[in-house]
Amino acid sequence: MINIQEVFETNAMIEKENLDVRTITMGINLLDCATDDVHTTCRNIYERISQRAKNLVRVGEEISRELAVPIVNKRISITPISLVCGTCCHTVDDYLQVSLTLDRVADEVGINFLGGFSALVEKGMTKSDELLIRSIPECLAQTQRICSSVCVGSTRTGINMDAVRLMGETIVKAAQLSKDNDSLSCAKLVVLCNAPDDNPFMAGAFHGVTEADAIINVGVSGPGVVNHVLRQIPDADFEELCETIKKTAFKITRVGQLVAQEASRRLGVPFGIIDLSLAPTPAAGDSVAEILEAIGVDCVGAPGTTAALALLNDQVKKGGIMASSYVGGLSGAFIPVSEDMGMVAAVEKGSLSIEKLEAMTCVCSVGLDMIAIPGDTPASTISGIIADEAAIGMINQKTTAVRILPVVGKGVGDRIDLGGLLGNAPIMPVNTFGCGRFINRGGRIPAPIHSFKN
Amino acid sequence: MQKAIITVVGRNKRGIIARVSTKLADEQIDVLDITQTIIQGYFNMMMIVDMDCCKKDFALIADEMDVIGTELGVQIKCQLESIFDKMHRL
Repeated sequence: MINIQEVFETNAMIEKENLDVRTITMGINLLDCATDDVHTTCRNIYERISQRAKNLVRVGEEISRELAVPIVNKRISITPISLVCGTCCHTVDDYLQVSLTLDRVADEVGINFLGGFSALVEKGMTKSDELLIRSIPECLAQTQRICSSVCVGSTRTGINMDAVRLMGETIVKAAQLSKDNDSLSCAKLVVLCNAPDDNPFMAGAFHGVTEADAIINVGVSGPGVVNHVLRQIPDADFEELCETIKKTAFKITRVGQLVAQEASRRLGVPFGIIDLSLAPTPAAGDSVAEILEAIGVDCVGAPGTTAALALLNDQVKKGGIMASSYVGGLSGAFIPVSEDMGMVAAVEKGSLSIEKLEAMTCVCSVGLDMIAIPGDTPASTISGIIADEAAIGMINQKTTAVRILPVVGKGVGDRIDLGGLLGNAPIMPVNTFGCGRFINRGGRIPAPIHSFKN
Repeated sequence: MQKAIITVVGRNKRGIIARVSTKLADEQIDVLDITQTIIQGYFNMMMIVDMDCCKKDFALIADEMDVIGTELGVQIKCQLESIFDKMHRL
């Protein structure tokens, strides 16, 4: 039987260490909503989502109440829209109609974000893909809840450099169209390499074509819990350190597994995966940076940071995989800047640069995330940053991503405040040497060799 | 059997157990186990209860226990046992 120490340990995690379930994300297939008429397609999409997800928020709140554990977000991911609307969308305005429909249904079912305004162009772009990408800035500027992602590369196919170039331009345009809100649209736009089909986390969530009609994916969190236990063992050796992280990750993930199973049962939708990510929030103590500092670096960015992160990421997976029947999504420590007070502090102290963050993305999920850069950064430089991250993902057979905000009218020394879970951040300097000739070559980088790994 | 865990934490005073137990009896909730200690004047209690015969929704009971906690000046939480079982048992 459960004893009082175990009960109080769990409740302390929830009340004092910010243990929560970050998201219940319902994946919904929209492939069979496709028609050759944009209005009919929009109606089909509206009906499908409102029918499938009508109880999602209520069930999430019920489970949260009964277990007394916060379930922070209830969200939806959908089939990449370029696949659904390729036949019916012939102009940017057509895609805008679709995005407004998605925004309306997201609002009506009560979720805070809907992901899947997406295109998968890792090898080539169809006309529909390109049109969707060109519509992203306008669609994000005119909606509240839509998240967009574009996959530009994979280990199997290489990197589509035409798409990389286009995404640099798209990010700049998205920043311009949302310049009155600190270029907020860019926080809802991510460029991926090796995008997973079952990711529950925004902005990169979409319901891949390998998935069933509907699925429940759950993202767990809990950096605050890991941070708290590591602060209790400041001088432990690596064996004890790793065992402690692993056991803590196991406990955190078990809560996610329970929530996922309950949500699946109550909604009558199959359980897909648990995403084992440690996702920070701007709340005090809920920081991945502080975990790395608890492991032993004075400030994130110092030598040793990448190794500490590699260790953390691996132990979280080892503990989490044992705790869950199915693991998927991104599953690793997230290292966003604006959403993590410890990362923000490290940038302000001059300890953390984009280059060090890039190194850190080699050993953890997911990539350069929520980084504010000067608004006058050229599109080709942003494309260069995307290409670098995609190359890391392609060669290392992992997901990488870029979610970067070239904040219009701001430069190094300025700050942005995005509010809520998106947090705030200083503008970080970007290497000012150009890469335009590299980006403008056109074509794609071939798939890498899969043997002779060194 | 739908088991729940009720925890009561706060400054000690007379009648906490009596008040909580009376409420549980009124709602046909069966107490299976109680662990209670006082540490430095602070009252800590955990009850394992069976809610099978309770007619009300779990969330409503949890809300009503919360109100009783406020009246007593303590924190009362009512949670399904499954969260603890999942976290601490293989």
